[in-house]
Amino acid sequence: MHVLRTLTENRVWRSIVRHGVRPTNRNRVLLITENVFLHLHAAKARRRNLDLSSTYYLGGLALILFGVLIVTGFLLMLYYHPSVPQAYDDMKELQFVVSNGPFLRNMHRWAAHAMVFVVFLHMLRVFYHRAFRPPREFNWAVGVVLLILTLLLSYTGYLLPWDQLALWGVSVGTNMVNAMPILGRQVRFLLLGGNIVGENALLRFYVLHCVLLPLGLVLGLAVHLWRVRKDGGVLGSAGRRRPSGVNTP
Amino acid sequence: MPKDQGRPDNRITRRRACQVAGAAACSVAVGGAVVLTADFLHPRVLFEPPTRFTVGPPEVVEVGKVLTNETFRAYVIRRPEGFHALSSVCTHLGCVTRYRPDEGLIVCPCHGSRFSLEGEVLAGPAPRPLLWLQMVLSPRGLIDVETTVEVPEGTVFKL
Repeated sequence: MHVLRTLTENRVWRSIVRHGVRPTNRNRVLLITENVFLHLHAAKARRRNLDLSSTYYLGGLALILFGVLIVTGFLLMLYYHPSVPQAYDDMKELQFVVSNGPFLRNMHRWAAHAMVFVVFLHMLRVFYHRAFRPPREFNWAVGVVLLILTLLLSYTGYLLPWDQLALWGVSVGTNMVNAMPILGRQVRFLLLGGNIVGENALLRFYVLHCVLLPLGLVLGLAVHLWRVRKDGGVLGSAGRRRPSGVNTP
Repeated sequence: MPKDQGRPDNRITRRRACQVAGAAACSVAVGGAVVLTADFLHPRVLFEPPTRFTVGPPEVVEVGKVLTNETFRAYVIRRPEGFHALSSVCTHLGCVTRYRPDEGLIVCPCHGSRFSLEGEVLAGPAPRPLLWLQMVLSPRGLIDVETTVEVPEGTVFKL
């Protein structure tokens, strides 16, 4: 306790965290509202909404998985060159030469799969709890954008190993874009940076995967979390039966 | 209270003129940025393998003959009525087909699809006929095949 006090009761600490550490309700609220990251969240939550069965923590799980993806993705970038055929060799090097390479690569891969899965479950949870209704309808729309960004991230990441799966996956995807009326050919050309799935396409997908889409996702996430607070917290399964058999409103 | 109150309605105030001019300048800047960026995203030079190959002078392909180009995956066929070029990529799963001179057919080695010299599917799992490719006469009098441009089936190239 004494160490804690010396750590927290000096000028430097108090210049960063203005409120004290005394366990008062006021301090608990200030802890959230005075922090640029935490203030997106509500300072108070209904006890009912903290139950597993009200949200299954799916949004939080997706956020944690995204964090894992950012960290592992950043580390993978240090050994990866987005050029042909270096990309494939780098992927092999990560698998067989780099220390803990397979672990990090698999972590990135499985977290990516899990994130898509968890985001879908999150959407189903919100749908079945009717949590998309006013005043939360805008946040549902933001959520749909986040879902699309998640899928695009998953898809652009697929090209990066530059193996046969990647090449044909992107060939099929960009040919689907090609089928779009009027703008199809033009959009495909811009996506690939040419007419074939080649070096330009790899570089463009790499930039989308590592810069543009994550940036969009972070911005969208900020809006999404902030709106949860603004719309009065999460809406769990309202009106479900409590274990005691008492119906809570 | 708005600053413009009390002035005649039909007069454009200095404030309003500046607002419009500012908004217009910003729109031009944003529009220019969008055009510049779109232009920037279009590569002007592509380092892609060529998609067009030269068959040679028309006499190279005799009537009834089938030329195979393995690099560009195409057949060049001459019939009494004229030339046509077919893609040799099977429409089933993308294997490269082969011409069988003894049978006068094009056959896919992967799953046994068989095509006529007009590209029609005669047997096997291929869902569509072979693609007909565009043929052009180059300024030097040579026949070229453009492998990325598809033409309707039955389009005969005549000289």
